[in-house]
Amino acid sequence: MEIIKKSLLKSLWVMHAPMSPCNNCDIEILDALTPRYDLERFGIQLVGSIRHADVLLVSGVPNYKNYKKLKYLLDQAAKPCFVVGVGTCSCGRGMFKDSYNSPCNVDDLVKVDAYIPGCPPRPEAIIAGVVKLINALK
Amino acid sequence: MKKIIPIGPYHPLQDEPEFFKLYVEGENVVDIDIEIGYNHRGVEKLSETKHYDQVTFLVERICGICSTSHPFAYVNAMENLLGLEVPLRAKCIRTIVGELERIHSHLLWLGLAGHFIGYNTVWMWSWKYRENVCDILELISGNRQHYSMFKIGGVRKDIPQDLIPEVEKLCTNLVAVIDMFKGAVMDDPVIQARLKGVGVLTKEDAINYCVVGPTARASGVDIDVRRDDPYAAYGMIKFNVIVLQNGDVFDKAVVRILEMYESIKIIQQCLDILKTEKGEIEIKIHFIPKGEGLGRHEAPRGEVFHFIKSDGSNRPVRHKIRAPSYMNVASNKVAAVGQTVSDAAITLAAVDPCYCCTERAVILDRNDNIIYRYNDLIKLSQQKTEGLIKKLVKQK
Ligand code: SF4
Repeated sequence: MEIIKKSLLKSLWVMHAPMSPCNNCDIEILDALTPRYDLERFGIQLVGSIRHADVLLVSGVPNYKNYKKLKYLLDQAAKPCFVVGVGTCSCGRGMFKDSYNSPCNVDDLVKVDAYIPGCPPRPEAIIAGVVKLINALK
Repeated sequence: MKKIIPIGPYHPLQDEPEFFKLYVEGENVVDIDIEIGYNHRGVEKLSETKHYDQVTFLVERICGICSTSHPFAYVNAMENLLGLEVPLRAKCIRTIVGELERIHSHLLWLGLAGHFIGYNTVWMWSWKYRENVCDILELISGNRQHYSMFKIGGVRKDIPQDLIPEVEKLCTNLVAVIDMFKGAVMDDPVIQARLKGVGVLTKEDAINYCVVGPTARASGVDIDVRRDDPYAAYGMIKFNVIVLQNGDVFDKAVVRILEMYESIKIIQQCLDILKTEKGEIEIKIHFIPKGEGLGRHEAPRGEVFHFIKSDGSNRPVRHKIRAPSYMNVASNKVAAVGQTVSDAAITLAAVDPCYCCTERAVILDRNDNIIYRYNDLIKLSQQKTEGLIKKLVKQK
């Protein structure tokens, strides 16, 4: 267990699951990986498959078409896999709370380990959120 | 034998959920199916539950990349309803924000396009320089994204006089950046070989599929709402509409790059007006009368259209939004079919699709009963695709 934890903290691989975002949170996530903020220097890398991921970044509000898929996605992950809610939408649905196509919050579907509020959160906030998650894991 | 290659819905290359089914025979794409709906949030219906000022913020959150286009079209629609002329200063500020957004959106697209064809350097570069545009926007509005600058009757924040030289300087610095990209794309033999003649959308198809924006202008269709139906400050300003003829991915890239120069020209002219014009930045509105309003705006991807119907209360009774990707995405049907699988990704990306914008609609009957929900809509769209396929087969 110790060795898993040790290696995990050195290189968190993230995958990003847009539920039905307005796109801005996703752009800011990608932004955090590009030269100005460069999350990769902390060993954080965006990966293409949930099976490689240690962290699932969820953005946006779940809707009827995709809300079941989030749990399905997480079930396929190698454990431990942490869930981070990026943006106000995934923290509490924000202004889409009353939409007819929004059945529930993200945390009604899966256990969320960290919330990064903001609409959209700045890349700095995303980095701070991830760092807090790492510190909490220690 | 036909094989299906699914791309998405959650794909690392895409920043939003979308699902393409490529039907391939060997290396060639013979058909394509686009399944959307992963982004539907019911904005049009939500808009009916919010009052007019709140709707500005709601429509802003339709899409993050074009987060000024929707409020722009919405305030245009409201001012059309009210028969209102906003002050000159507000017009210029609106135009500046709109054009800055165009630059940031085109840079973003350029980066993703580079990423799609395996030029990750272009991706990292263009996103690096996109930050500079975000900085200007932050300077003006206080936000990197979702600027919240617009309100009915004007703008929410002024650009103070002492900020103007700085904004001007930062914009001038952007010219060198665009020069660099122009060189990197237009003079690079590999990019030319990779993009020329790929994903051609002929002028005829462009008109048949009603495409708009850079996608249309790269195919020789000369449309631009900014020039054809001037609003905000566009009527007082000189700029060129870039039109190219070939309709391939290369031309689409070039159109976008050249458009960025025009955007900078527009911003500089607006800043010049701002230097001397010292007026109000908004007109206070106390009452929204009964009526209907139409608003259009040339978003980075094409024409956004908003329709508002008011019954004299403080909320719209109907708010119809049509985003440019709605038309542009369908054109993939002709652009991507016949290509090899390897070219499909860049062809699909070349229209700069934005699903957040496209997916809001739900169809209601007169008594507000929902007759089509998302799965009916999917069925509908499938039927439509089937119809299109049949038509295409017949034509052959
Ligand atoms: S939190 Fe804001 S920026 Fe993020 S997806 Fe939701 S509306 Fe968009």
